[in-house]
Amino acid sequence: MPATRYTRDHEWIRPESDSRNTALVGITTHAQAELGDIVHVELPDPARVFSAGSEIAVIDSVKAASEVYAPVSCTVLAVNDKLSGTPELINQDAEGEGWIVRVELASPGELSALMDADGYGKFLADIS
Amino acid sequence: MSQELSRTPLHSLHIAAGARMVPFAGHAMPLNYPGGAISEHRAVRSACGLFDVSHMGQITVGLSCATALETLVTADLGALPAGKQAYALMTSPWGGILDDLMIARWQDGFLLVVNGACRDADLALLCDSLGRENVRLLHGHGLLALQGPLAAATLGAIIPGVEDLYFMETADFAMAGENIRISRSGYTGEDGFEISLAAEAALALAQRLSRQPGTSLCGLAARDSLRLEAALPLCGQDIHPRITPVEARLAWCISPRRRQDARFSGAGTILGQLADGPARLMAGLRPRDRSPVRAGSTLRSSTGHVAGEVTSGGFSPTLGHPVAMGLVAAEHATPGTLLTVRRRGRETPVEVVRTPFVPRRYHRKQAKPDQIPVQTHR
Repeated sequence: MPATRYTRDHEWIRPESDSRNTALVGITTHAQAELGDIVHVELPDPARVFSAGSEIAVIDSVKAASEVYAPVSCTVLAVNDKLSGTPELINQDAEGEGWIVRVELASPGELSALMDADGYGKFLADIS
Repeated sequence: MSQELSRTPLHSLHIAAGARMVPFAGHAMPLNYPGGAISEHRAVRSACGLFDVSHMGQITVGLSCATALETLVTADLGALPAGKQAYALMTSPWGGILDDLMIARWQDGFLLVVNGACRDADLALLCDSLGRENVRLLHGHGLLALQGPLAAATLGAIIPGVEDLYFMETADFAMAGENIRISRSGYTGEDGFEISLAAEAALALAQRLSRQPGTSLCGLAARDSLRLEAALPLCGQDIHPRITPVEARLAWCISPRRRQDARFSGAGTILGQLADGPARLMAGLRPRDRSPVRAGSTLRSSTGHVAGEVTSGGFSPTLGHPVAMGLVAAEHATPGTLLTVRRRGRETPVEVVRTPFVPRRYHRKQAKPDQIPVQTHR
């Protein structure tokens, strides 16, 4: 299974298997810590198509509203319904239970342009 | 963290507790601690929270300056005996609000507690008007706020006698040879105390209080969400020099005698608005979907015309939905009025509602409604 990839805007994308062209997307543990307590998530409508870098969701925290950007070109297959009642799931488990959308990749090759775990770790060290 | 930021007496406590520090009013202040702002907020409503508010300006003014001081603040100093504190405003010549503050009369002078961001400007104004020799900034002094239903019992176990204070009463207490000035007041809507004391004593008391069962350290984020639920205005956001006390629904703090003498700055404008009704009014707002509306957002009426602006907005942990405050044209300020905020291409309905959003629970002598009366001026 291809490994999780990361963007410079602190999103992660995790392909679900080698054969199906689907992946989960969310924000990183670092990002949720920056945001503080999350109170609401504005989720996209299913079947909507997004180009890489376009705004796919909005997270409201006690501090501010923050955009989540699509890491790759994709179509929304499903959203994490649990976030409606329990938006704080993102704070609790940003890279697991706090996933935001399940998407179908338009072009799996786009993943290779993103950082791997080591690269993201170095990126975080550089910016802090 | 920038070298120019001042540290409060509790700085080491915040770092040891793992606080997320941010710059605020020239100080390094805790935004929240590891448990998060929402859990701190809930702790204050259900138990007890401890805030470091040492960034605020504590300024003493000689008692002999009372008459001159009344030209700068709206407080009725003649009606303020020793042992009492009043909420007051510093107003500008055109009736705007320069700062909001607490003023207490002590045996040896008035103590003004002003917003940290306004401290230097307020100090300059006081010195210019009253003379430097009559004004003193308690530089480096500590100020703690202990707030919540358990605050009285918690503080009373350490400083016996505080429980006898009623809301807005003040007294001196001794603790380990230190004199401590305590008022029963706060900025959360809950019962609680504000504690003024020297820096080292502040740190020692804070360490002791934070170890009490049921007491949580609370940062600026919780302070903001608590005061918003209580519909208490934030200086620099809800109140500022371009809004009058009448528009801000704070004219209640200007007594009949002060309205009569009209000696405070901007009295002409303010009294005119009291007589004729202001064109704009502060209003409580309830966004009708689940995302918060933010300060600076335009409010529109049902006809699409600009009706006002959101001045503070956030999420209410107690109520589980967004709340906000705004300044709206008087004709749209009636509870029940439906306005909209445009957000990301979508219109969010926002309803004007009565405030406070969460009832205030001050420890008063007599039962008194803590709901702000709706002023419908025509």
